[in-house]
Amino acid sequence: MNEESKPRAGSNYKWVGSNTPRPDGVDKVTGRARYGDDMILPGMLHAKILRSPHAHAKIISIDTSEAEVMKGVKAVMTSAAIPDHPLSEPPYLPIINDFHDISRNVMAREKVLYDGHAVAAVAATSESIARKAVKLIKVEYEVLPHVLDPLEGAQPDAPILHEHQYTAGTDPETSQPSNVFRIISGERGDLEKGFAEADEIIEREFRSQPVHQGYIEPMACVAAASEDGTLELWTSTQGHFVARTLLAKLLNMDMAKIRVTASEIGGGFGGKTTIYAEPVAVRLSQMTGRPVRMAMTRSEVFRATGPTVGSYCKIKIGAKKDGTITAGHADIWYQAGAFKGSPIGRAVDTFFSPYNIENLKATGYDVCVNRPKAAAYRAPGAPMAASATEGVLNELAKRLDIDPIDLRLKNAVKDGDQSLMGTKHSRIGLIEVLEQAKSHPHYSAALEANQGRGFAVGYWLHGGGLSSASANLHDDGTLSIATGNPDIGGSRSSMRVMAAEELGIDVELVKPIVADTGSLGFSYLTAGSRTTYATGMAVVNATREVIEKLRELAAKKWDIPVEDVTWDSGQAVPSDAHKGDNKPLSFGQLAGMATKMGGPIAGHSEINATGQGAAFCAQLVDVEVDPETGFVSPKRHTVFQDVGRAISPDYVEGQMQGAAVQGIGWALNEEYIYDDQGHLLNTGFLDYRMPVASDVPMIEPVMIEVPNPNHPYGVRGVGEPPLVSAPAAVANAVENAIGITMSSLPLSPPKILKAIETGSSS
Amino acid sequence: MTELKYEAPETVEAAVGLLAAGTQGAKIFAGGTDLLVQMREDLIEPEVLIDIKKIAEVRAITVGSDDIKIGAAVTGAELGEHAEVNALWPGVVEAMELIGSDQVQGRATMGGNLCNASPAADSVPALIAAAAKAVIAGSGGTREVPVEEIVTGPGQTSLGPDEFVVQIILPKPPTRAGDAYLRFIPRTEMDIAVVGAGVSLSLNDDGTCAAVRMALGAVAPTVVLVEAASDILVGKNLDDAVLDALASAASGVCNPIDDKRGTIEFRTKVAGVLARRVTTIAWQRAEKS
Amino acid sequence: MTKHNITATINGDETEFTCSAEQTLLDVLRGELQLTGTKNGCGTGDCGACTVIVNGRPVNSCLVLGAELDGANVETIEGMAKGGELHPLQQKFLDQAALQCGVCTPGILNMAKALLEKNPDPTETEIRFGLAGNLCRCTGYDKIIRAVMDVAAEMRASGS
Repeated sequence: MNEESKPRAGSNYKWVGSNTPRPDGVDKVTGRARYGDDMILPGMLHAKILRSPHAHAKIISIDTSEAEVMKGVKAVMTSAAIPDHPLSEPPYLPIINDFHDISRNVMAREKVLYDGHAVAAVAATSESIARKAVKLIKVEYEVLPHVLDPLEGAQPDAPILHEHQYTAGTDPETSQPSNVFRIISGERGDLEKGFAEADEIIEREFRSQPVHQGYIEPMACVAAASEDGTLELWTSTQGHFVARTLLAKLLNMDMAKIRVTASEIGGGFGGKTTIYAEPVAVRLSQMTGRPVRMAMTRSEVFRATGPTVGSYCKIKIGAKKDGTITAGHADIWYQAGAFKGSPIGRAVDTFFSPYNIENLKATGYDVCVNRPKAAAYRAPGAPMAASATEGVLNELAKRLDIDPIDLRLKNAVKDGDQSLMGTKHSRIGLIEVLEQAKSHPHYSAALEANQGRGFAVGYWLHGGGLSSASANLHDDGTLSIATGNPDIGGSRSSMRVMAAEELGIDVELVKPIVADTGSLGFSYLTAGSRTTYATGMAVVNATREVIEKLRELAAKKWDIPVEDVTWDSGQAVPSDAHKGDNKPLSFGQLAGMATKMGGPIAGHSEINATGQGAAFCAQLVDVEVDPETGFVSPKRHTVFQDVGRAISPDYVEGQMQGAAVQGIGWALNEEYIYDDQGHLLNTGFLDYRMPVASDVPMIEPVMIEVPNPNHPYGVRGVGEPPLVSAPAAVANAVENAIGITMSSLPLSPPKILKAIETGSSS
Repeated sequence: MTELKYEAPETVEAAVGLLAAGTQGAKIFAGGTDLLVQMREDLIEPEVLIDIKKIAEVRAITVGSDDIKIGAAVTGAELGEHAEVNALWPGVVEAMELIGSDQVQGRATMGGNLCNASPAADSVPALIAAAAKAVIAGSGGTREVPVEEIVTGPGQTSLGPDEFVVQIILPKPPTRAGDAYLRFIPRTEMDIAVVGAGVSLSLNDDGTCAAVRMALGAVAPTVVLVEAASDILVGKNLDDAVLDALASAASGVCNPIDDKRGTIEFRTKVAGVLARRVTTIAWQRAEKS
Repeated sequence: MTKHNITATINGDETEFTCSAEQTLLDVLRGELQLTGTKNGCGTGDCGACTVIVNGRPVNSCLVLGAELDGANVETIEGMAKGGELHPLQQKFLDQAALQCGVCTPGILNMAKALLEKNPDPTETEIRFGLAGNLCRCTGYDKIIRAVMDVAAEMRASGS
């Protein structure tokens, strides 16, 4: 825990825990806020990408000659314009760290590896001309066999995507090319003994399909390069500092010469934590000397940006008659997409983490297949694992005739318990969450015909990491706070709330901004539910430095030792000994004095935040199933989450509600559909079926506050935990409504109807 | 690559002339909710868009003594607001209203829905059940054709290259008549029908069925009439046996495909379920009328 | 290239623009007119982020051609606040956290406005179906629906 970030005593906050106006709100309701595609620069060109029509093919030749001479076309490029990078040594790094892979995902070199893989690009004076010009580029392919399923991809006779890739983590080591990039395993206790002790053992298989984050704003950027090697990039991203790093390394540029400004972002959910077409825009700008706009269409977003992984899981859980779980064993295959790296580590650590089980083994297989490279999606790797565990526990509760929540309570982890991969739980709120769920009216409400109620629990350990913040005091008693984290869901609000709380001043006196990469120290992504936690910590530190300097200023003014000055409720207050001569000085007064008495006052902080604590989220879902058609109608949905401390309560509720509905979509209708040639068939919102307003009920959020003592305001990350248990809760509700265990998501009507008619899901 | 042209004729004759001159490259443009999407997805590359929205008769609804003429470019929103057509043919109207969102309703037209010729078009089963006719204009003059003869296959119509649909004509329903349309979609909105069922029926004075037409969409390359419906229902009251027989007959005429929206098995089953449900609704409407 | 000369009323101002046949109203708004408040989420009429009001009807601007708009009346998000005052819907969305990333918000505000103008006393179900053409991925719709219901009640109470 950072020494400076000790928690404040007491809980009578002025701003923390209240709903305050959102600093970026008016711009967003008036259309003034500028997202990735809202930047217009003089002389701007428009770029379009030519994409592979094949799932797997060698590139024999590319002829760009006709496109190059088309009127209005200013540049045409292929992968030759993107620097190549050597394989990581050994080729064992997930794509996020492997520029050999990143280069090829940005634009294909030897092979195309998925339908939609970028092959060439054009910059032209209008989008219309660019669209027509890419059609003139001729590519000769040699089509290769492809593979889409992770279990099939893991077989020794599967079509191989990367000849240089072999499986890490095997014993003995192998140098046989494989789509299985690595295997991660965790084990403790004695599985055989554990299962032998069990009175009831349930063994199940689960499948899930890739689902897309579904952000409404497609990727878009504008790159403006100069002849001296500098670059300005405006892009919709969850991490402009990470984008700068990736661009610099990929394109062999100096980081200081790249200035990335994060636009407002229209949703990310993990999907905008990497670079896709930005390097193409940059190179086209460098080639033409003009700004280049690159905006993906919705179809490109589906074909070429990363969804989350699809999965196949085998899981076995044993328990005693009294509900004590004695053993758990899970194997899961994740499809990483065309390049290596999927969140199997998180899966292995998530399967059993809500429960204190002595004998465990979990293994994850990370498999490449001919699909777009998977990216993070809100608690990456966890919802699929939780769906498997919670699906089995749903059945176990019935077999043992134990109340589902009592079953969780019986096995719930407590402070001091350890997860499979060694994370020791400190102060956690699982018991509180479970007890709130059990006593909530939803749990005892009557169900009508054809209805079922599902319950599920999810665990997530959010991120800490690198964040920077600066606080600058102005003459007029207002304060600017700059952080390096794009604001996806209202984090700017929470930043200024924490600063105002520290200072004891009106929240409207604080103006938070998201600074560009040239103006501030490194900040890691707005992802992993880390922003309010880690960046909040940095903001608190920076503000405390300002307070420190204000105390010094007052001390100077009063000519007393600084130890005799305290900061209280927005004022510097002299100690009793000095009170007679000196009245307290307000924040505003001191601000007005600063530049005349020494210089501008500012504070800054660059931290690597640690001390984060796990968060648990449970959900209760009621659904009604039409037994004649398999149509599922969600009727009631309650989310119970340990939120640490809700800095901006409405927005914390919003995270819970948004994730719940994503879970409904994941469980019921969302999936990638391919034909037998490996072409993606549903490349739009018509057939990639996300929930619409009429599909879902109100979502009741129940916030439980078990503050994390390691954060000055007790914050726990809230964005991801509510998705971990959401698909599982919905799936369990459907199973309980129809009385048949189901084994593959999404639970679309044809699957449900077939299960009802045949009495089983196989 | 030729540049796209846009024309907005103000008479039927002028539109026909443009169609004739443009041969294969000309497309009629009304709401554009299918046309513009197909152009965006590079499925079609027209050379001329002929916007018919300035032609008075394709935008008007006229309720006469014997029939109701609905201009082919009347929008779903406008149709939904027309109290009289709603009262006379609630099934036709509700079918049209199911197409897309309210925003799509502000643009989508029945003529477009019909001539786009998707097997899953929502208005078509209801129109066919209602025994609607299409008025077609072309170089050779105008002709009237039953709606079921318009669509010949997925994306294919029987219209000549210089022809377009100007109006849809619905007969005035007899007394004690009711119609209804239901569809199955996996969400509650915004989906293409996985199965669509339209039925129109009328009752005798004794409460038995006088006549019935039932048509199914999305279960075959074109909308199919359930021919057996008459034998099953005419002269009978509505009971479980009759409904079961209707369901079987409906499932029996299905010839669907497996695709990203549904399986053969599922569509066949649900066609029967919808046949039962839609007939019940139409019957209730007929009893009340 | 043939350009169409169009004069339309946009947010109350008579506005002239030229466009090619293939340019949609969305293209014109964001490109020719630099009114970037209307968003492009899908281009195929499935997400509603581009919703504007044309001649009193809410439509997806990605499916309307610029060339057909001569004489038309168009209302975009930029015209919703008047004289520095937010529309009650805009204010309520802020007050009740009915937006997170905000990219779907202009489309939803336009659709909600049109919905309430046509039906001042909608039920929750009517609002949900009325907004079914506007995808939101962040909020789960709950706070949006409540905000619209509350504005409807307030507007009815004040007689507006």
